[in-house]
Amino acid sequence: MQIQEQAQRILLPAKVSFIVLTMALALLFNLLPWRNTAGVPDLTAAVLAFWCIHQPRRVGIGIAWTLGLLLDVGNGALLGQHALGYAVLAFLAFAVHRRILWFPLWQQALHLLLLLLSTQLLTLAIRIVAGASFPGWTYFSGSFICAALWPVLSFLLLLPQRQAEMMDENRPI
Amino acid sequence: MEHQPPPFFNRGPAPLVRLAFFVSIAVLLMVLDARFRYAESVRQVVALAAYPIQRVAMAPVDLFHAVANYFGSTAALQEENAALRTKALRAAPELLRLEALKEENNQLRRLLEARERLPGKSVFAEILYAGRDPFSRKVVIDKGSRNSIQTGQPVIDDVGVIGQVTRVYLLMSEVTLLSDKEQAIPLQVQRNGLRAVAYGGAEGGMLDLRFMAANADIRNGDTLVTSGIDGTYPPGLPVATVARIERDAAYAFAKITLTPTAGTDRYRQVLVLSNEAKAPPPAEVEQPVKKSPRTKRSRKRD
Repeated sequence: MQIQEQAQRILLPAKVSFIVLTMALALLFNLLPWRNTAGVPDLTAAVLAFWCIHQPRRVGIGIAWTLGLLLDVGNGALLGQHALGYAVLAFLAFAVHRRILWFPLWQQALHLLLLLLSTQLLTLAIRIVAGASFPGWTYFSGSFICAALWPVLSFLLLLPQRQAEMMDENRPI
Repeated sequence: MEHQPPPFFNRGPAPLVRLAFFVSIAVLLMVLDARFRYAESVRQVVALAAYPIQRVAMAPVDLFHAVANYFGSTAALQEENAALRTKALRAAPELLRLEALKEENNQLRRLLEARERLPGKSVFAEILYAGRDPFSRKVVIDKGSRNSIQTGQPVIDDVGVIGQVTRVYLLMSEVTLLSDKEQAIPLQVQRNGLRAVAYGGAEGGMLDLRFMAANADIRNGDTLVTSGIDGTYPPGLPVATVARIERDAAYAFAKITLTPTAGTDRYRQVLVLSNEAKAPPPAEVEQPVKKSPRTKRSRKRD
């Protein structure tokens, strides 16, 4: 059922202001004082992956890199660590963006899980090379929660594009 | 035959090229940051850009605190008031004696022509948030270089040492907690004056007392205070208590775990002490952090 909707439904064009707004909100969520709570989803990565998949011509590697740099400074992490991770995430999302939307949402979530895990693995490798110690397996739990949130996230982020100006039963928009 | 896309479908450089470009900049930044510390100016600029977002991110927390305060019942406040009054009363004789002792001490120091210890200027600050970086333990406080905070200043709360200022921005600064893996602090056992150095522990939030001989006179529950030999932390501040000692005959050193006295998860108010006017420290003490203790340990065991 989901496949049919994704495939047949014609969406309104996405507004740039909405993309910027959602990214700012996700960044805010990431910068909330979490105090190293394990399993807090990296919402910025998820929103970024969403827009890279849905609007690959507007959101790409450059924006991902900039967002990552902001997070690096905000969190006091190694400069460039998130920037690198997000750039790779954006690239991977771009690589799968043509086929991923033909899957039902839960399979899309599995795709996303792989993307997020590889990003985290990359970050972990960088930090271990830079001299940090392994922070424990709960480090990866954020990605699983993030992937579980994917259906909700994609519903919410697509909502404005589903609001037709004139409702019509016979039109697929 | 190559298929060139017509110019109206032009999408700029290929994604792989773009990825390579951004990855190389990121790697460059990381190397500069981790190895040479040259990236600080970049960090300062981005920090100014990120500052408004960070303040907005603090707003819900502040709101929560305000609401919690508003609904705090008068009974609780009265109770706290009474408790504080008894505490003040109990502390009063001590305080009076302290005044007298301080006078006496000053006089004796003058007699000895010793340098008078200036009460260092300290700055009151509030913890804004704890950085969300699972690899390190840092908090961000709301005072920066505009309030003449400098790197290396010790940070305490009302019960003990929290850590050290490691990076200063214009309006904020980062404090590395004692439990960070790369942080070290020279200590002294209060009971017998035994000196030691504590490092951030392998367990979250704990400290390790390394390089203590297996037969060293140290017991469970001992209090450790700063020894002050590093010239960074003033002497005599409580830091931690001994939580666990494992003496293993196979190793030359005892494995000692400490619980820090101060806790950043309890209060948000901290005090940034100024570095005391001090005699020039010996050259080795300048960078008390990072000395790759693992290699040292294995070498000593041989």
